[in-house]
Amino acid sequence: MSFGKFKVFSFSGGIHPRFDGKNLAASEAVKPAPLLEKYVLYLSQNVGKMPKLIVKTGDEVKKGQLVAGADGFVSANLHAPTSGKIGAVKNIPGANGTLTPALEIIADGKDEWGELLPALDWRTADPKVLLERVRACGIVGMGGAAFPSHVKLSPPPEKKIDTLIINGAECEPYLCADHRLMLENPEKVLIGTAICGRILGVKNMLIGVESNKKDAIAKLNEKAAEYGIKVVKLRVRYPQGAEKQLIYALTGRKVPAGGLPMETGCVVQNAGSAAAIADAVCEGKPLIERITTVSGEAVAHPGNYLVRIGTPVAKLIEWAGGEKCKTGKIVLGGPMMGFALHSPEVALSKNSSGVLLFPLKGICQYTSAGCLRCGKCVKVCPMNLIPSILASAVESGKYDLAAQNHIADCMECGSCAYVCPAERPLVQHIRRGKAELRKNKGK
Amino acid sequence: MSMVLTAVILMAVFGAVLGAVIGIFARYFRVESDARVELVTELLPNANCGGCGKAGCADFAKAVVAGELPPGGCPVSSRETVSAIARALGIEAGEVESKVAVVLCSGDDASTREKVLYNGVNDCVSASLVAGGPKNCAYGCLGFSSCARACPFGAIEMVNSLAVVHSELCVGCGKCVDVCPRHLIKLVPANAEVNVYCSSPAKGVEKKAYCASGCIGCRKCGKAAEGKFVFNGFCASVDYNAAELPGSDVVEKSNCPSGCLRTRQGHLEKEYAERDGVTK
Repeated sequence: MSFGKFKVFSFSGGIHPRFDGKNLAASEAVKPAPLLEKYVLYLSQNVGKMPKLIVKTGDEVKKGQLVAGADGFVSANLHAPTSGKIGAVKNIPGANGTLTPALEIIADGKDEWGELLPALDWRTADPKVLLERVRACGIVGMGGAAFPSHVKLSPPPEKKIDTLIINGAECEPYLCADHRLMLENPEKVLIGTAICGRILGVKNMLIGVESNKKDAIAKLNEKAAEYGIKVVKLRVRYPQGAEKQLIYALTGRKVPAGGLPMETGCVVQNAGSAAAIADAVCEGKPLIERITTVSGEAVAHPGNYLVRIGTPVAKLIEWAGGEKCKTGKIVLGGPMMGFALHSPEVALSKNSSGVLLFPLKGICQYTSAGCLRCGKCVKVCPMNLIPSILASAVESGKYDLAAQNHIADCMECGSCAYVCPAERPLVQHIRRGKAELRKNKGK
Repeated sequence: MSMVLTAVILMAVFGAVLGAVIGIFARYFRVESDARVELVTELLPNANCGGCGKAGCADFAKAVVAGELPPGGCPVSSRETVSAIARALGIEAGEVESKVAVVLCSGDDASTREKVLYNGVNDCVSASLVAGGPKNCAYGCLGFSSCARACPFGAIEMVNSLAVVHSELCVGCGKCVDVCPRHLIKLVPANAEVNVYCSSPAKGVEKKAYCASGCIGCRKCGKAAEGKFVFNGFCASVDYNAAELPGSDVVEKSNCPSGCLRTRQGHLEKEYAERDGVTK
């Protein structure tokens, strides 16, 4: 497929909110966050198996030291965000409210790096060595799903990969962490992309960016050709940054139902992950910090911060000047797919791309009505599902019917619930259906 | 006139032919059915609750006639019904230990604090998927009446956002046990008068911060009735497998400081009293 200069690529369905909130923080340069006295690291920061703890309470650790080692292939290493002592190790409520094991790190204020892995020359190093570095540095998908990057970069030999896609769409309203990254550090993203390309042995490398980030596209384009990378403009449409939609928009290939993206010959990595991979290879730094957007109408000074993993959400809000008005809802991640938090004490993970505060006044206390059969949800569903049927089936306990209608293919993007004129909590029903089906499968 | 006659004759011939076909089918393609199965099905309550472990009452009747299950295997049927079925089949009634469900939590609105405002689907599984539910306790009753809706006998009532079981209505079918995302509902022997209405193994201090009636693991009940209680973390529980269950006197004897050791009747009365106190 050729990429014309003015062509904008997209998929069918999706939504675009009238007010996308990007202007709140998009022009704010990334500020480094000050060192804290205490960090809280959840052990489970990746899809797959939880890493195994290898330190205990009272141990001294250096910045970047391994504190939990990957347990199996689909798992990711976890490193200390600063130097200090390991505090309590206990189960505390995580972002989704369920108890999850976590460790405290009491900072000693020196912030000393431990022994770093040697820097590699990515142009000459063996692809296997590069892949091992990605694994060792605990890099995961930083857009939200937190899928370990090394797993995506090691497809089985029978799967022929011909395209690498870097996801710079950042389609979630309000968030602009990836936007700032591509604008301020385009080189890092490009090098990370080229490294992924070398690991996969792929020549066709694309970076997809939504067309509302013109400055970032221009910055990337300055050097992209040097690395043999194409920057592609995408239509401003949520969920453009979803893996399957992105692949379809850029290559026209469809991931089969229940299948993985690699079946279409594509590997997708997040722009933030690409930058983290560049850091890991060129400087030997493990993934201990990321750019996070603090935004929303209830924040005094929305902005972007380079924060360490394990920073409590409350601290971020403090740095951003606190609340402007009474907050009704704190969301970790984007407004469409993020988690509504139960407490500001929840700490950031590797995949926390934003912290959003919404005023109490604007939060609607809706009462949902019956389905009107208007079909709006069917029109916007990017996966071509029928959300109304799925939700009704779950509501009446007919989980088999929901399974027959491919409930498992729903990625919970929330487009259907966003447009529903009857304000039906469609995604919540679908999530419950998935939970029930998982339970029944286990029996 | 002849047209009418033709029509009548034609209809008569058709009727006779089709009747004959139906007759032949009924004779040669008959499905053998046991009259006894129908008889037993008729005697059964036909609530199709599934408490016996079969798909429904007709399925259970088949199993009884085949001798796989005793008539007493139906937890819903009264003693009279069971003996009527046994008499009709000329077999032994069989004894099955009767059980009742208990919701092992006393965290109602009055004793627990809510951490967040929940505004979503009125269902326990849905609520537990959003920030772990609105209540502070990660183990307690969520209060969205999923169990009450699942109960075919109306035995579960929501009092102060807490599910309570009316044991005189409960038949022990176990439908509620499966739907509770917190696994709070247990089937216990019908003669278990006393229960510990708390299931959280969290530390006592932690629990006290958000629940007035959480078990603090002081083991007073275990001392009052030696060997009749088991402890899981900081939570006591009646040992339902023990030879003898604790009597209702243990409540007074142990003087439970958090008040989660209650008799079934006492639990109901306390929750009603609290509800009425709250509404006043």
